[in-house]
Amino acid sequence: MAKKTFSRTIDEINRKIKQGTVVVVTANEMTDIVKKKGAEKAAREIDVVTTGTFSPMCSSGAFINFGHTKPGIKASQVWLNDVPAYAGIAAVDIYIGATEPSEDDPLNRVHPGQFKYGGGHVIQDLVAGKKVELKATGYGTDCYPNREVRKKVTIEDLPYAVLLNPRNSYQNYNCAINLTSKTIYTYMGVLKPNGGNANYATSGQLSPLFNDPYYLTIGLGTRIFLGGAKGHVIGPGTQHNPHAPRGKNGVPLSGAGTLMVMGNLKEMDPRWVVGVSILGYGCSLAMGLGVPIPILNADMARYTGVSDEEIYTRIIDYGNDYPQGEAKSLGQVSYGELKSGLIRFNGQEIPTVPISSYIRALEIATTLKEWIEKGEFLLTHPQEMLPTVPPPERA
Amino acid sequence: MYSKMLSLRFPKKIVDEPIAVNLVKKFDLSFNIHKAVIYPRKEGLMVLELSGHRKNFQKGVHYLKSIGVKVESIGQDIRRNEKKCLQCGACTAVCPTGALHIKRPEMEVVFDNERCSACEWCVSACPARAMEVSFNKVLLE
Repeated sequence: MAKKTFSRTIDEINRKIKQGTVVVVTANEMTDIVKKKGAEKAAREIDVVTTGTFSPMCSSGAFINFGHTKPGIKASQVWLNDVPAYAGIAAVDIYIGATEPSEDDPLNRVHPGQFKYGGGHVIQDLVAGKKVELKATGYGTDCYPNREVRKKVTIEDLPYAVLLNPRNSYQNYNCAINLTSKTIYTYMGVLKPNGGNANYATSGQLSPLFNDPYYLTIGLGTRIFLGGAKGHVIGPGTQHNPHAPRGKNGVPLSGAGTLMVMGNLKEMDPRWVVGVSILGYGCSLAMGLGVPIPILNADMARYTGVSDEEIYTRIIDYGNDYPQGEAKSLGQVSYGELKSGLIRFNGQEIPTVPISSYIRALEIATTLKEWIEKGEFLLTHPQEMLPTVPPPERA
Repeated sequence: MYSKMLSLRFPKKIVDEPIAVNLVKKFDLSFNIHKAVIYPRKEGLMVLELSGHRKNFQKGVHYLKSIGVKVESIGQDIRRNEKKCLQCGACTAVCPTGALHIKRPEMEVVFDNERCSACEWCVSACPARAMEVSFNKVLLE
């Protein structure tokens, strides 16, 4: 007789959430539980594992409808606090992108540029309830004759404001070093010459897609923690690539899956939607994002039990190789090593520098856990799964 | 052993005198200079870590003040806006003294203002611009 294997459904989990009997742990806690009890036993005991990540995520922005003015305008160019928004959609619809710098920003003319204010900052200011100056110009039509509008708006005044991030929550990211003889300023932070520091991102074992490496539970419609509110995954993010090389545990060894996510900006919290200035690179938006992983069977328990020591990334030279579009791996390093503060590279000890917040990622996973335990957050059935590759058959 | 990071402001009339060396010779103190500038109007600014016996340290500081040097603890001039700080750690790449460092295993980004040398590198390297300088740039007489 075949060994009976355990499984549960999302509906069963939601029933337990409503009854107040659901068992939720963070991905950190799950790592210990699976290590101690094994995946099969962990799967029977744990219903949901929560994850989290908090990091600059450039591919982010917001769709805003700023409401019809009197007289009406068909806006062809729009600025929010002097940051240009994309206005090539309907009359008063715009998209403000996180990396758009302020119009008069000196950029990198004096290198490294400061990039003090941009789209990400506008989004944070809106979320924080601050007044933002809106300027719109139009060429005038019979139905929308107005040529220019200027007004101060808060998020309250906007009929519609939705965060729609085309690519967030990258499954794995490069570890960046600089092997030139000059300091460089990258989207991975400041990199000192001759391998002076090694910068890395993601929250490792807490990071959403490291806990569901084949996207078996995440897809269009998955409800998530997004910017302090509830949001949704709406599909694969740009550059989503399930075909990246993977380790034996299924975890990609380089950048792989990504998520496109959406949520109501009006419900978000400026603590989790933060405009950032990356020296010498540009403006961006730090996003807080957390995904609940339903433990449907022992496989999901095993995936969510992954530890920093079992997750690897590549060391890439951002001084010579990366700018030439030839990002070749100079070696593999685990998140356990990266988190220790020092890695060994070519016989040299290199201090490591995180650019994603581990402590705030844990706060997200813990918050999401509390929401689920309190019955405020139900899991959803994804309606369409993300493109993936089949997990290897297990003996 | 007592040690503190200090900013010393030299009025222009004594900026060309050898003063730091007296801290060694007269007060048995040692120092590590992190920053030394003479501004166009000839007033000087030096940031140094002064170390030695606590009593000698006090005598040394008293000596500096007596000759007209303005002595301030550097930690008061740079602060971290805790509300803005993202707790990422990007600043630790550029901090030369380890004042900004990561406490493990919690991965908390700590700012120890006693170790800060006021180089101000963190100010623009911080993505959230959480490091605030209230460095007193008023000229001395």
